[in-house]
Amino acid sequence: MRRSLAASVAALLLCPACSGKKPAPSAPPAKLVNLSAPAAGQGNIAIPNDEADDGQWTRPAKDYASTRYSKLDQINTGNAGNLRVAFTFSTGVNRGHEAAPLVVKNTMYIVTPYPNYLYALDLTKPGAPAKWTFKPTPKAASQGVACCDVVNRGAVYADGKIIFNTLDGETIAVDENTGKSVWRTQLANINLGESITMAPLVAKDKVFVGVSGSEFGIRGWLTALNLSDGKLAWRAYHTGPDKDVLIGPRFKPFYASEKGPDLGVKTWPGESWKIGGGGVWGWISFDPALNLIYYGTANPGPWNADERPGDNKWTAGIFARDADTGEAVWFVQTSPHDLFDYDSINELILLDLSIGGRTRKVLVRPERNGFMYVIDRQTGEVLSADEYGPVTSWTGFNLKAGRPIENTAKHPETGKVVRDICPAAPGMKDWQPSAFSPRTQLLYVPHQLLCEDAENVEANYIAGTPYVGVNVKMYAAPGGYRGEFLAWDIAKRKAAWAIKEDLPVYSGTLVTAGDVAFYGTMDGWFKAVDARTGKLLWQFKCGSGIIGQPTTYRGPDGKQYVSVLAGVGGWAGGIVAGGLDARDSSAALGMVNAMRDLPDKTTKGGMLYVFALP
Amino acid sequence: MSSRSRNLVVGGVAIAVLAAGLAATAAPARGDRVLRVCSDPNNLPFSNQRREGFENRIADLVARDLHEKVEYTWWAQRRGFVRNTLKSGTCDLIIGVPTGMGMVLRTAPYYRSTYVFVTRRDSPLDIRSFDDPVLKKVRIGVQLIGDDGTNTPPAHALSNRGIIQNVKGYTVYGDYATESPPSRIIDAVANREVDVAVAWGPMAGYWARRSPVPMKIVPVTPQIDLPFLPFVFDIAMGVRRGDTTFRASLDSVLVSRRPEIQHILDSYGIPQVSPAGVRHSS
Repeated sequence: MRRSLAASVAALLLCPACSGKKPAPSAPPAKLVNLSAPAAGQGNIAIPNDEADDGQWTRPAKDYASTRYSKLDQINTGNAGNLRVAFTFSTGVNRGHEAAPLVVKNTMYIVTPYPNYLYALDLTKPGAPAKWTFKPTPKAASQGVACCDVVNRGAVYADGKIIFNTLDGETIAVDENTGKSVWRTQLANINLGESITMAPLVAKDKVFVGVSGSEFGIRGWLTALNLSDGKLAWRAYHTGPDKDVLIGPRFKPFYASEKGPDLGVKTWPGESWKIGGGGVWGWISFDPALNLIYYGTANPGPWNADERPGDNKWTAGIFARDADTGEAVWFVQTSPHDLFDYDSINELILLDLSIGGRTRKVLVRPERNGFMYVIDRQTGEVLSADEYGPVTSWTGFNLKAGRPIENTAKHPETGKVVRDICPAAPGMKDWQPSAFSPRTQLLYVPHQLLCEDAENVEANYIAGTPYVGVNVKMYAAPGGYRGEFLAWDIAKRKAAWAIKEDLPVYSGTLVTAGDVAFYGTMDGWFKAVDARTGKLLWQFKCGSGIIGQPTTYRGPDGKQYVSVLAGVGGWAGGIVAGGLDARDSSAALGMVNAMRDLPDKTTKGGMLYVFALP
Repeated sequence: MSSRSRNLVVGGVAIAVLAAGLAATAAPARGDRVLRVCSDPNNLPFSNQRREGFENRIADLVARDLHEKVEYTWWAQRRGFVRNTLKSGTCDLIIGVPTGMGMVLRTAPYYRSTYVFVTRRDSPLDIRSFDDPVLKKVRIGVQLIGDDGTNTPPAHALSNRGIIQNVKGYTVYGDYATESPPSRIIDAVANREVDVAVAWGPMAGYWARRSPVPMKIVPVTPQIDLPFLPFVFDIAMGVRRGDTTFRASLDSVLVSRRPEIQHILDSYGIPQVSPAGVRHSS
């Protein structure tokens, strides 16, 4: 998991510095690029298990299909320009705020980064004051021992409980009325490098939670807890023998390379699978009709690629599992034998797609490795995989084998400089989730456009042990923009339009029936754009950069509200530190250069912003 | 320079006296001043919270010369250690860093050590080089870091030679709830989990000496595997970039206290190599 923030951040700092070029005197302005005609509107793509919109936002992605689409339409392309701040709330925490504000029965719930406060705000009162605050007091050592990053991606609501995870590895269910914990379950062990940063998902009577820390010698897992009492129902590991992975008779992967007994052992040398990584720190989707959950696994670790020949199952791939028993149903590996830290943890949007007169139940995955996957979610067959940005780490995609084709020229090697690896380690897109509108038939993808050079240069020191680290220099992909808000036409398998941004677009995305899409920038602009054309309708400068996920709800007064957490956090601490950690003395001067304009772009500080029409 | 006021001893008594004079007026009285050290609370032989490590001893030595008392900021030495300690300003000195580490300003190095082969003394193995063919047959333990695909030099040296299947990895992080977690790899040699371990000298030397099973440590060769994979590292002290005055005073202490520092390193069983590649006499 590492660096959702840190890496992007290092990138921000290093780009101008490390490419050897002087930083641009001023940032390029956002630029709308029309790439093809907008979709017609009478689409062939539907959201499965489509529910009536109750005006709440109870799950991380709103619905089980993970569309982040709201049917609220009071705010539309005609009036979005009139949006005003309705209220704000300071979280009192200065680190990166990645969570989505939830709204349940006129109460808003927000989770902060470490120390993982859970706030309940009363939406029925003017200014939405706090009803209660739950402070889980995670172990302070989790900041240092567990990992490099102290973010939290939010909570989920079910059965009267707000359920979230703490950095030090607890899953906690808090009673919505009393603000007291109903149950707490310690799942991860920080002393082993395990932590938890993801938002849980509840489906039926289970809570699903995964572990972070794949670089630290963990053995990744997904765990299901009973919603009622927090007791462990099952755990599926992502390396090791089939019985530990919950692979049994129902496991029918589509591709030959995923078939055979105990691949979680046999695709690793010796016993290296025991510390092989493959955590879960992204998103889970659920198909009630098929009774399957879908999620992806993180990169293999802590071995470097040469030390772990083989596919390294079941890391860096997508699982379908029975929602009750956890039995694996299929798996497809997106980055077999991962070389570049392409965790396969991004969101999976479940859609019903008409292809050639036939409805296919698919999932769409804007994958970190650079390909937009469309996968049959019943069988695991990859129907298409198209590049959605500059890709050099692969030479193409082998649809017959269901896997990308390695570009051996970009293979990292000790002592060798490898240039122009695209996408860079944070991927073409990181954890920040996309949204799909059935009205426009477009998928809205917030992502980064970064490439990297890798060379071994500078000495480093971990736990008293010296070694020579890889100096990774990230920089803007060709074109000079480090980020993009992309509208992807799933049917045509190409971009409809894109808004090029100076900085990586590291916020989540929301799209509504008013045909308005929302996202934020790392320098703090919260933007509303026309979901059909990409035209900027409105923007507001928040106090800190935005890496949170916007949500929308109907307030007790019947009005539609849009909420987002600002708080780039770690910008001064993590971002700057990401640069300092760059292990390249030559980059240090450049970093100082980059720091000079950083305070102009943003400062840290967690703050909730909620907007509405006057 | 951080918030602390630092009256430095550069070359001895005269300045110390001057410093004392200044202290009488503005700064806190001599002896109330603090040497703020960033340190791992659980990683012998380097340091621990009980101040039993050789870096704790060296910190005491430096503090004595600077007329300061030692205070620690304890933080596991992982990714983010420098950022959360030295760079955040909660402490001013890291006792051990490799001289090539650009994140901090380094003093002159005060010791040079090497990765070593660790075997049981009752083992017939006598491995001195990564090119020894026996390494294809025996069970080998190495330490892993998992930092952007980078690992300890021995892990790379072995995989570069195609030695993979018989290698067992131990994370340097280990289980932090246990005593000095990196030392598990030395236990693994004693317990016959592996036939030989390749580990960083200071850690291996210290724990081999304390092992209930008699152990043998031998510096690895070559010292640098081509194209660029060094097994020998110079270790210096690290301060914040820009803290040049402080560095100068530390350099001066390192020169004047060289014999005492050598004595401390020897007493902890730290294997040292001279620049010529000959083992340091100890």
